[in-house]
Amino acid sequence: MSGQEDPFKGYRGLAKSRMKKWGVRVWSDVRVVNTAGSVFEGVILPRSGNFDDLHIVLKQKTGYNVGIHVDRVTSIEELSYKKIIYKIPEKEFPRLPDLPNVTLLGTGGTIASRLDYRTGAVIPAFTPGELYGAVPELADICNLTTKKIFGVFSENMGWEEYGTLARAVRDEIEAGADGIVIGHGTDTMGHTGAVLTFMIQDSPVPIVLVGSQRSSDRPSSDAALNLMHAVKTAGYGPIAEVQVCMFGPTSDQYALLHRATRVRKMHSSYRSAFRTIGDIPLCRVDMGSFELLTDDFRPRDPDRKIKIDTVYDDRITMLYYYPGMKPDLLDALVEKGYRGIVIAGTGLGHVNKPIYPALKQAIEKGVHVVMTVQTLWGFAQMYVYDTGRDLMDMGVVPLDNMLPETALMKLGWVLGHTDDHDEVMRMMRHTINHEITEREPHNGYVILQGGLPETQEFIKGHWK
Amino acid sequence: MTQSIDYKEVGLICGLEVHQQLLTEKKLFCRCPAGLYTKDHDGTVLRHMRPTLSELGEYDGTALMEFKTKKNIVYLLHQKNVCTYEMDDTPPFLLNANALDVAIEQCLMLGCDIVDEVHIARKQYLDGSIPTGFQRTAIVGVNGKLPFRGRELTIIQVSVEEDSCREVSDKGHLIVWRTDRLGIPLIETVTGPELHEPDEVEEAILLVGRVCRSTGHVRVGMGASRQDVNVSVRGGRRVEIKGVPQAGWAPALVHGEAVRQVNLLKLRDELHSRGFTKPDSIKIEHTDVTDFFSDSALEFLHRENWERFVANDERRRGFELLSGPFCVRAIRLPGLAGTLSWPGQPDLTFAHELTGRVRVIACLDQQPILLHSEKWPDYQGAKGEIQRLKKKTGCGPNDSLVVVWGIEQDTLCAAEEVRLRYVDAVEGIPNETRQPFVDGSTDFERILPGPDRMYPDTDSPPQQITRERTERLRDALPELPWLREERYSGVGVPLDTIYFLIRRGGARLVDLVVDRGGADVRRACFFFGERIKGLRRDGVAVDGIPDDLWCDLFSLVSSDGTLFEDWKRIVSQMAAVGDRSMRDIVEEIGLDKKPVNWREDLPEIVQTRQPDYPNDSVGQRHRFLMGAVMKNLRGRIPAKDVSSALHSAMEDRA
Repeated sequence: MSGQEDPFKGYRGLAKSRMKKWGVRVWSDVRVVNTAGSVFEGVILPRSGNFDDLHIVLKQKTGYNVGIHVDRVTSIEELSYKKIIYKIPEKEFPRLPDLPNVTLLGTGGTIASRLDYRTGAVIPAFTPGELYGAVPELADICNLTTKKIFGVFSENMGWEEYGTLARAVRDEIEAGADGIVIGHGTDTMGHTGAVLTFMIQDSPVPIVLVGSQRSSDRPSSDAALNLMHAVKTAGYGPIAEVQVCMFGPTSDQYALLHRATRVRKMHSSYRSAFRTIGDIPLCRVDMGSFELLTDDFRPRDPDRKIKIDTVYDDRITMLYYYPGMKPDLLDALVEKGYRGIVIAGTGLGHVNKPIYPALKQAIEKGVHVVMTVQTLWGFAQMYVYDTGRDLMDMGVVPLDNMLPETALMKLGWVLGHTDDHDEVMRMMRHTINHEITEREPHNGYVILQGGLPETQEFIKGHWK
Repeated sequence: MTQSIDYKEVGLICGLEVHQQLLTEKKLFCRCPAGLYTKDHDGTVLRHMRPTLSELGEYDGTALMEFKTKKNIVYLLHQKNVCTYEMDDTPPFLLNANALDVAIEQCLMLGCDIVDEVHIARKQYLDGSIPTGFQRTAIVGVNGKLPFRGRELTIIQVSVEEDSCREVSDKGHLIVWRTDRLGIPLIETVTGPELHEPDEVEEAILLVGRVCRSTGHVRVGMGASRQDVNVSVRGGRRVEIKGVPQAGWAPALVHGEAVRQVNLLKLRDELHSRGFTKPDSIKIEHTDVTDFFSDSALEFLHRENWERFVANDERRRGFELLSGPFCVRAIRLPGLAGTLSWPGQPDLTFAHELTGRVRVIACLDQQPILLHSEKWPDYQGAKGEIQRLKKKTGCGPNDSLVVVWGIEQDTLCAAEEVRLRYVDAVEGIPNETRQPFVDGSTDFERILPGPDRMYPDTDSPPQQITRERTERLRDALPELPWLREERYSGVGVPLDTIYFLIRRGGARLVDLVVDRGGADVRRACFFFGERIKGLRRDGVAVDGIPDDLWCDLFSLVSSDGTLFEDWKRIVSQMAAVGDRSMRDIVEEIGLDKKPVNWREDLPEIVQTRQPDYPNDSVGQRHRFLMGAVMKNLRGRIPAKDVSSALHSAMEDRA
């Protein structure tokens, strides 16, 4: 911490000028009397810059915060000054020779975070000592090393970060890690997982992305259990792929390991938001065991040599098709120099006729256009209807059951390698890790409809 | 044995936290219906709670304690009354504006200053009563006052908060909660620590309740209001008796707690005199005595019986049986002989303090939860067994022995809790939350949480309460209950009736019909406070009668008092039919037609209606005949006219 800290953190305008006048600042322990004669005693807290400039916030001795309008203050007296430093008790992370070595790479996000009550945001708490202080169970599972790569919310991850992260993973694995955990915000965890699958190939050990849907400052947080599951997967898990480890049900019970190319965040806030789409998850993990759900995976193999390929071209975009889409949208993308477009089309992979000419022109100008389905489940099968056949004739290439986000990440990565249309399309359709599957098992699409007697029966008998 | 004490001498101090549910359509932070309770469920969630750091960077004592218990927490869900918010799978929606209005109104009634900006805080509860692990709560008013026994009772603060789950069961490592009540808006009113006698506490609860209910905007009925009573004596510490369901329970509970604290302070002095003056002077030893009891006559100490108990008890067997081996543990308490039978609450001993801690924290709940050497059960061979056990554990004449049983890990936790409870006893009285029972006793619920468990809710922005909003609500306030009380009692209405009118909303109608229907205050009070109670009990929908109709009724009877004599039929008709004028109603039951020749019928009635008993007095016979005659005349001819005419007819015949 620098000694130059702003004594009016977050306060501005009227509130700030009054504080100056009164000779109080953030962390002043004050006694305030207002126009009604009410007395408030407590510490002036920093204020979020987004809030108005009319109130000062006091943390009272009872623990309650209250905002006092500056115009209603009749007297204010600084009793003392006590800066409150928030600190997680740090304890040295114990190391045991028998335990696997796991590296946790931090990118930010809700997992392993703490409160910043100026902005109300959560910021990462990350040293092994801090983590051990918060989740001591981790020390029973592995010897943990942590590296903070970035501290960003997942929506701020981008191509530069993907490359940096991939290289960091390689370095750790080459340095002898038995598994990698990547702490990541959940919003774009699927995107990162997909792109890492392309950038990091032939990993000898598990690479596990983990996040949390409830920040660790809450008693009901899923962060601790998610971390335990992820660290256990990295240290002992049998699958040497890039995978996402998140709650299976919303109950504190077990995690599912999802293949990163086939996973999607399907709810904005549920703990069990992550689902494998069009296939079944790889494995179920709890603190007792791994229950493999498939034998179709790349096993751990310490002798395998990791390959890294982090090139990219970020002049790519996704068009989520909607009825009445206008062709000038496509023209604008071409004009702005976009090199690749993933369309999330309707049904089996369709768009409306009026944009055909624009599509055709784009492809003629060398833009690579691929088709996925916005239904998420199912295949782009453009040969079924005339409309689909027309699109294919123009050069739109269907990507079968590749998820739109996975297709986008892959297109960016592929365009880093080549601009040759045939080669681009060959690479796009050549699967690296199940981004296209030949078969969709019938249990790869299970969305139980609530309200039906049989579903109600099932839900009643199982932890949600 | 009810121990009597002089409350003044022991320096009894009590304060209240009165919880009152608000009458809103929806819950506080989501759009689920409020007040819709269900008996069954259609989904379940399993969770655990971990202690977290507060904003100030310290673990809260309660939080740590509750984590020790490693409870499996199960929530029962019903799609009718909970959504993903209550499950903690969706962040809160913005604070229910209607609930905030009602809360502000309540604060104004309580004479509070309304805060300028409401900050929603999280108050941690790790017992599972709220799935997030915290209750969202915010101060709305401060610095209020109520007139009380010729002085003022301070209202320190009023907060608006979400109600918690209802406990279904708590057995061993499994606690089950129903979520229907969770999220219903309520206010918590905190009074100053200014109550000094048990009956003052009851009276203050009733007063706060009356003030809250006088607006008609709060819920009434079972569970709609509950209070925490804070009690301490001089030299003691604040103990919270949580969730007292009825004001009438308070005096016995307060007395019992005062006695408990006085006795615990004496125990502290005793411990000090024995040289136990510091926390670390309490030392215990414990050993596994499972084999010792394996063929004891105390069958509940056998592994098979314990396993049967766990399995029979509807609990998830796996939570208990898979977590370790069965163990009976003997805990030796060196130098502490006599302390287990030291008096505590009236009729209870210090051993009861240990029992509570062991049950709650170590999750050992098979009755009698613990055994001890100062009151060993009576059975064939008991004497020999306890002697042998004492010998085996090295328990001398100055020592005491406690025995606990269950999962090994839990018995270790129990031993530690026994030690910690003695450490607390050296200090005096631990800050605790205690659960009340109808007999006036209490039992340990948890360590009283401190301010460390509060931190800001990062999911909810602060909300400004403008002065305009406050003034708008102030303008619409009903009359303060004590002013009303003065006004009504001034015309001779008894207190019970007044309180009923204030609590149940009848006072509003009284003032309305006085103001607009020209009714007499006293008559209106009796009418709404007493008379229509019977009709309501008989199922007549009196509460659905529109205000205007009540006013019309009272204007009508002020010009035609006779009508009022048939009020039961009129009111029943008012409740039965919809959109109808008072005139229609009077017509429908035929009260508009006044009989003219009714006097002429009387001699014949007197003649023909023979008495059931020839020896009836004149008075009895008059009453009998009045009943018969008034059937047709009530509401149309004044009863007193009929009465005197009947007297004349009877005299004529005689």
